[in-house]
Order: sequence, then C-alpha cells, then structure tokens
Amino acid sequence: MMKLNQKRPREYFLTRRLDDFFTGVYNACIFIIRFFKEAFHPPFEFREIVRQCYEVGYKSLALISITGFVTGIVFTKQSRPSLAEFGATSWLPSLVSIAILRALAPLITALITAGKVGSNIGAELGSMRVTEQIDAMEVSATNPFKFLVVTRVIATTFMVPVLMLYVAMIGLFGGFLNVNANEQTSLVTFFQKAFDSIRFIDIWSSIIKSFIFGFTIGIVGSYQGYHASQGTQGVGKAANASVVISMFLIFIEEIVIVQVVNWFR
Amino acid sequence: MMDTRRNMVDGSSDPVIRISGLVKSFGTNHVLRGVDLEVRQGENVAVLGRSGTGKSVLIKIIAGLLKPDKGTVIVLGENVAELNIKDLEKLRLHIGFSFQNSALYDSMTVRENLEFPLLRNGSSRKKTDVNAAVEGVLDAVGLSQTINQYPSELSGGQRKRIGIARTLIMQPQIMLYDEPTAGLDPVTSIEINNLIKEVQQKYNTASIIITHDLTCAKTTSDRIAILMDGKFLKTGSFDEVFEDKDERIKSFYDYNFID
Repeated sequence: MMKLNQKRPREYFLTRRLDDFFTGVYNACIFIIRFFKEAFHPPFEFREIVRQCYEVGYKSLALISITGFVTGIVFTKQSRPSLAEFGATSWLPSLVSIAILRALAPLITALITAGKVGSNIGAELGSMRVTEQIDAMEVSATNPFKFLVVTRVIATTFMVPVLMLYVAMIGLFGGFLNVNANEQTSLVTFFQKAFDSIRFIDIWSSIIKSFIFGFTIGIVGSYQGYHASQGTQGVGKAANASVVISMFLIFIEEIVIVQVVNWFR
Repeated sequence: MMDTRRNMVDGSSDPVIRISGLVKSFGTNHVLRGVDLEVRQGENVAVLGRSGTGKSVLIKIIAGLLKPDKGTVIVLGENVAELNIKDLEKLRLHIGFSFQNSALYDSMTVRENLEFPLLRNGSSRKKTDVNAAVEGVLDAVGLSQTINQYPSELSGGQRKRIGIARTLIMQPQIMLYDEPTAGLDPVTSIEINNLIKEVQQKYNTASIIITHDLTCAKTTSDRIAILMDGKFLKTGSFDEVFEDKDERIKSFYDYNFID
C-alpha cells in the first residue's frame, strides 16, 4: 500500500494540459505530412475536388459578396472625415484600394470562410467519424483521407484566393459608390487612382496569403472532424474548434506574412 | 491472385479466417487477452458477449481497422496486420462489413450509397452493369422502392438492410455483422436474421455475427462463441454451449433468452 508521505508516480511528462497540447501539435504535424504525401500520390480525386470547390466557392458567394460590399462602403465612409481634415479626399481611392487589397480582403475572406466552410468541414467529417461512415469508406477499399481530407483542403486552398480577389473587387466597387455619391468621381477615374497606388507585390502577397489562409482553414477543419470522438458532443466540439483555431492561426499568419512582405518592399 | 481465391477456398476445407493468440488493449483496458477462432467458407459464427467485452474490436481487427497488439489474424491466407495499405484495400474487396448503425453516407441517396464501392473499385464498369448490380442487391434485400431516397428518410430496419446491400454489392466472401439487430423491434429483427441466413445460403459467405441477442445467434449461426474476460469461454453449436454448467454462461442465457 502507498504510504502517505510517499511521492505519487509521475503520470505526465510536464502537466496534463501541456502534454495534451504538445501531443496535439505532434498529431497535427503528422496529419499535414500525410496530406502532402497523399495529395501528390495518384489516384487523384478530380471529380470530388471540383465538387468541393463548388461547395466552398459558390455556396459562400452570397455571404462574401455582402460582407465585401459593406466593408468597402463603410471603410470609405469612415476614412473620409480624417482625409477631409487635410483636404485630401482625392486620396480616398488610393487609401481604399491599398487597405482592401493588402489587408481587408484577404482577412475578411479568410474569417468568413473559416466561419462558414471551416465549421462545416469540422461538423461534416466529425459526424461521419462518430457514425462510422469513415470506417465504412475504409472497409469498402476507399482511402477516406484522400477522398474526404485531401479534396477539402485542396478546395479551400485554391478557392480562398479566388474569393479574396472577388471580395477585393466588390469592396472597391462599394468604395466607388460612396466616393461617387460624395465627390462625383467617375468609375474610370476611381479605378485608375486605385490601381495607380497598388504595386505588383501587393497583389501577389495577398494571393499567397490567401493560399496559406485557405490551407489553414481546410487542414484545421479536416483535422478536427477526422479526429472527432465522444458522439454528438464531439461533432459540436470539432465544428467549434475548427473555427476558433483557424481564426487564431489566421491572425498569427497575418502578422508573420506582413512582416515578411515588408522586408521585400 | 485475389480473383482466384474464392475457388481456391471453396475447394479446400481451410478456414477463411484464422485468429490465434489475439491480444488488444486500449491503455490499461485489456480488451482481448488471447483469442483463437477459425471460420470456414459458408459458415456463420456468432460471437456473443456482454457490452464492452471486445466483440466489435475483434471484427474491426479482422477488417484491418484496428491493429492487434499480439497474435495473428489470417484472412483469406493473408496476415492482415502485415499488409500494406494497397494489399489491405485489395483484401477488403472480399470482406463485407455491416456496421451497427448502418453507416450509410448521409449526403448520398440509396442508389449513390450502393454505387459508391462499385465505382470506387472498378471505374471501367459500364453504367448498365452498375445499375443492374444496384437493382440486384436492392431486390435481394427487398427494398427496390427506396432507390432514390436518402438514409434520413428510411426506418432503422431499412437502413440495416441497405447497409447489408452495400456490402453485398461487392460480392464478398466474408461478412462481418456488428450488432445487426441492435435497436430494432422484434419483427424487424426476425427479418434481419432471415436476411443474414439468405445471404449465407445465396452467396456462400463466411460470416461473423457480433451480437448479444441470443435469438439472432440461434437463428443465424452454425456455431457460437462466448467472449468473456477477453477470451472465448466456450465455442460450439447453440445447444452445446448453453448445456454447459458454467454459471457465467447460464446466467447469460437466463437473463437474455426468451425462447
């Protein structure tokens, strides 16, 4: 029998939470490595990739459009008084285009996609896991990782940049409507001024950023769903964790990418 | 190689499933502690035991969904634990797995559920062949009218039947049933039991039926095995097993079976 003054055996390497955290990070790394192994190894699931691109892209279009449009209008409206103080309202198109293309469009697109698509991936795969649909796929000689995970991650990785460019255009159009209503600037003049101040690196950095955001959303949602457990409660947790972790990582990535891009400016 | 297996096995009395010294633990929970079992072609074996005794774990190891800690599982002459993923996928084409909750794909209709394994494992099949196979298995389980319905529109018994039909479409040599009558009313349970027998007779499958329903075990199986404390306590025909004086077996019978 254990004596009272006897030290209890050490159950965890550090603490339970830290052990769980590092185990989670390790498992996520294994998951990402597996993704790259499976993604570049035939057979390729082209039909399912196209279907997932449709799910991610087309079905997010309405929400993305409204958000991009409102952001463009509101940002322009809020920026005008500050510029007006210096008599520099003619700089509005440049300011709006730089803000939208460099920061707002990639970030808004990623956050909306994380909320709408990331949670959906987490919940869908989580539900398939707890109802043994993933096991059923495996025993019918189909690689569920390739069919479910790889296709979804590829879809989010490629569709988020497309959606980002769309949001940027819609946002700029929103900005134009506001500028046009106040300063009677024509569409051609607005976009001429807007694109004059945008450099090649602004567009490419946003596209690359969006690729990374898209990959993050897909991989986090898939990881959470694929490893869901504890029945319906696990499905809810997977959906929730997909959104929270994706958003957290997107902000961290945004900070890092902005720093890196600034070195090249 | 795999295509000739059915004939090879049919022609000999070698078991199609041979399990020896199987051990499986989850952390400190030692589920299987040395399980031995042999199943021959055309034979139905029911594995009985209380909840949590590792019955489902046993068939998941046979299907290669779980890895054993110790022991060997030879299925159709292949050691399941030693197969690479490609060979395991080839072997799985000969194994049908009917899940406890049917595990039908929610987002697909009945037709798409049935087509899925066929299209995934033989893209060169003609559309007419696929349609004929789908209609054939639906007819075999008596649910032709549900072809365009989604799983959410089906009853529990219908979902079980469609789950069995999905496994039959690949014409497996081995069927693994996980709690086929769990959660069903007595009438539907009898229908499912009859279907399991029909499958055995029509397709000459070797089957392992995981259940704690003694009626199901009695009506569907040629042999039963009682799994207790991680080992088979007794194996034999239904009458042989339940004539045993062992208190644990007797209590299992007394509490569960209504003849």
